[in-house]
Amino acid sequence: MDFLTLLQVLDSTVRLATPLLLACLAGLYSERAGVFDIGLEGKMLAAAFLSAGVAYVTGSVWLGLFAGIAASVALSAIHGLASITFRGNQLISGVAINFLAAGLTVLIAQNWFKQGGRTPSLIGGGRWENITLPFAETLSGVPVLGPIYAELISGHSLLVYVAFAMVPLTWWILFRTRFGLRLRAVGEAPEAVDTAGVSVVGLRFAAVGICGILCGIAGSYLATGLQAGFVKDMTAGRGFIALAALIFAKWRPWYALGACLLFGLLQAVALRYQNIDLGGVVIPVQVMDALPYILTVVILAGFVGKAIPPRAGGEPYVKER
Amino acid sequence: MDKMPAWADAVLVPLISLLLAAFLSALVILAIGENPVDAFKLMVDGALMRSSGWGYTLYYATNFIFTGLAVAVAFHARLFNIGGEGQAVLGGLGAALACLFIPWPHWSLAIIGGAFAAAAFGALWALIPAYLQAKRGSHIVITTIMFNFIAAALLNYVLVNLLKPAGSMEPATANFPEATHLPSFQDMFATADNPLFRGSPANVTFFLALIACVLVWLLIWRTRLGYEIRAQGHSETAARYAGISPVRITIVAMLISGGLAGLMAVNATMGEAERLVINAAEGAGFIGIAVALMGRNHPVGVLMAALLFGFLYQGGAELALWTNIPRELIVVIQALVILFTGALDNMVRMPLEKLFVKRRAA
Repeated sequence: MDFLTLLQVLDSTVRLATPLLLACLAGLYSERAGVFDIGLEGKMLAAAFLSAGVAYVTGSVWLGLFAGIAASVALSAIHGLASITFRGNQLISGVAINFLAAGLTVLIAQNWFKQGGRTPSLIGGGRWENITLPFAETLSGVPVLGPIYAELISGHSLLVYVAFAMVPLTWWILFRTRFGLRLRAVGEAPEAVDTAGVSVVGLRFAAVGICGILCGIAGSYLATGLQAGFVKDMTAGRGFIALAALIFAKWRPWYALGACLLFGLLQAVALRYQNIDLGGVVIPVQVMDALPYILTVVILAGFVGKAIPPRAGGEPYVKER
Repeated sequence: MDKMPAWADAVLVPLISLLLAAFLSALVILAIGENPVDAFKLMVDGALMRSSGWGYTLYYATNFIFTGLAVAVAFHARLFNIGGEGQAVLGGLGAALACLFIPWPHWSLAIIGGAFAAAAFGALWALIPAYLQAKRGSHIVITTIMFNFIAAALLNYVLVNLLKPAGSMEPATANFPEATHLPSFQDMFATADNPLFRGSPANVTFFLALIACVLVWLLIWRTRLGYEIRAQGHSETAARYAGISPVRITIVAMLISGGLAGLMAVNATMGEAERLVINAAEGAGFIGIAVALMGRNHPVGVLMAALLFGFLYQGGAELALWTNIPRELIVVIQALVILFTGALDNMVRMPLEKLFVKRRAA
């Protein structure tokens, strides 16, 4: 494999890892606060549809982004209502949200655009433009580092940089602010937070809300950055890969970046090469598809380091009387 | 006693949840500019007013009975088996291998052999998540989700690289031999002057599903194992004190659950397609969740909920055919049912409980 091909694979790794990373960090906030969220997939899907639809109608990708975030936050509100206010089963609520998004997006898209459940292709202002970082042109002549800067680091859309900036920001919020400390505490020992006079319900709703915003950005990027428009089921299991990455990362922001880049690389390789020939042994493309899930099961099984979820995860909090 | 009577818990709560879901679905239909009453009439016409419509309704219901029972058995042990889809996919592989490579003399033997193979493959696919939950404490919901995706990739590989007949472009096996053809309702009930169930896929597997309902009822409420499963579901610590091994119950309950999900393939693969196609489970594994929640994990409830979803599926197909309402409406209804009967259960239950307590006090 020559240097240029490697750069192209890594470039598409960055693009494919972006929605995974955003959704993974979204899940991180929610699950660190003790609310399991298997509805990441549905929230991304709803955001992808609404952002593509609004971006097409208005021609503004920014309005599309806000609409996508609104759709995702609305689903988060349902999740919060079910799992925090009414103390229902968080997993079942997540399943319901996934189906709600899968059904409603196609239903509304068909009614709106009459193109078999998809939005028309986005052109011009309806898509994110790639940003060329300063000096990318002039520096591209420098050996090795020049092409890396020009091809790999420069030339992505704004949301890619937002996603990568979210990693240190999330770390800072969770581990260096009072809000972050309380958010983590509410996922480990909500009764202690309650005793300290801080609202468990409020914190959990805040976490679920942040989760909705980040999922909304992830979905918007899918439909208006990575691709040009919404098609039925376009998330294609990315929400679950993000969930897998979250477990793989043991609920930590920097590890999440590593896990998402790894899973993004797997996707990029599977996209570029169908079957990989390793000197006699052929790895079929299906192995690449299944690898994130297999790795997650191995990690969950505790054979390679143990993944311990937040202690109060999945448990609705009932105030003692 | 601040509880409401058992009948209200078993009938009233699901009924109100269902009405809420139906009301919201009607609003959705209104929002996309169609008339919900007309839509409902069309669904009833298409699914229940003709025998061929019933043939489709019962065919879908057969799938949902199996996957619904699968989810229900696991729920009794307080395990959420979200992997019915993957287990059904593997069940399809088992049934296909049994049909393709064993020369069955008659369908009656083929259905027994196919059912065993399908159940065994489904159960084995549930065994790994069950073992990991019981022994290593990995969350069963996450592992079964992962196993759904792994199953899809595995089936894709097996169909494309191993089982696809030479020269065929489609990722599917060859047609099963004639002897494994299961009698459809048309074969069984139609006469020359009364062509019942014409062209519809309902087949003898429906009766297998009814038997499965009875067996699950016997298992859960009339056997020692069923008692132990329920005990673990109510309180794992209490069950442990009583000498019930959580490891054993987790694994056995998941094996039964996976086997039931796998049995769905007898209907979809042997009964209808008569070859194994990709995506043979058609999401029935997930509908099993809605069916089990609505049926309150009781075989009778599961049967009725499966019939309702069979009706919705067939009715939804009719709607997609004759109106501008796409089939995805059914996915929305399914989501609302899961939401109201599963996650928002307390929203319906709490006011009802208050109402009953107030009436009793008066």
